[in-house]
Amino acid sequence: MAKTKTRDRMNNEINAGSMADIAFLLLIFFLVTTTIAEDKGILVKLPPWSDEEPDITKLKERNVYSVLVNAQNQLLVREEPMRLANLRENAKEFISNPRRMENMSESPKNAIISLKNDRGTNYETYLAVYNELKGAYDELWDELAQKRYGEPYSDDMPYAQRKAIKTEIPMVLSEAEPTSFGEEQ
Amino acid sequence: MYTSVLPSGKARPAISTASLPDIIFMLLFFFMMVTVLRDADLKVRVLTPEATQLTQLAEKSLVNYIYIGQPAPQFVGYYGSSPRIQLGDRIASVADIPFFLENHKQSLPEAMRSRITSSLRVDGAVTMGIVQEVKTALRKNGQLKVNYSTRKRNRDL
Repeated sequence: MAKTKTRDRMNNEINAGSMADIAFLLLIFFLVTTTIAEDKGILVKLPPWSDEEPDITKLKERNVYSVLVNAQNQLLVREEPMRLANLRENAKEFISNPRRMENMSESPKNAIISLKNDRGTNYETYLAVYNELKGAYDELWDELAQKRYGEPYSDDMPYAQRKAIKTEIPMVLSEAEPTSFGEEQ
Repeated sequence: MYTSVLPSGKARPAISTASLPDIIFMLLFFFMMVTVLRDADLKVRVLTPEATQLTQLAEKSLVNYIYIGQPAPQFVGYYGSSPRIQLGDRIASVADIPFFLENHKQSLPEAMRSRITSSLRVDGAVTMGIVQEVKTALRKNGQLKVNYSTRKRNRDL
């Protein structure tokens, strides 16, 4: 091997010029193999399975807010057709019953929402309805939390406060076995 | 102006690229943080509906995914065009759900098993019949925490 010149021996560091290229390769690899996390959704707790149908005939009629969605994605709320856009306000009024109406829930604690759909209902419609009903409760919780603690309802609140609000306005949403009149896809 | 300050005849130095690797590494780490590895190749077409009352799913390892949708165009020949269920990376039926759930459960330590969430990624155009069957199967197997995967809706209804 040729003898290295004295001048060259001064800077025999590892050449870092290609480091950027290596990092670029890694970067592109990760860009291709990964997806941006978009794991959001409506969290639901399903009721445990039981072979007996729950008996809802014992409930007072004024406390039950029945929502039916048919295979044509139309809504029937307490025997009246309704548009999806009005569902949230209507449900809120039913649950909180601010004017103490005879035909609405006795108190938020007694209110029960009964949701029934058809096997031919679109999932999109079903989820939109569910979203509105959950939204009604979320807004009521927000209002109560604002009134009591001066801050909107959130998971960062102390557990005791959240529990107090949830006992005041418990979310009771019962889903009945769907009907099968409509055509499935 | 500026050039006149420099001694005449001296070339301007090139911009140093020594910090370029650091910048790229920073980008790399950023992307490693905000993204997740693609877990399964989708064999069904899923376009989740939009909603507003969302919860963010926290721990990735505690989530199992159930996809429901029409088979993708290249699989229509095998599976037909009616909605199917995908568990992991293959098309399955409702009867396979108990095994799938148990399999996922076994991979986790016992203390965390009660916190498992099933994420239902269902195409908006699917009808409720198949979704109901999956829900019933989940209930029968004691998997009660369910997340209906959705996108964020910004506009009004």
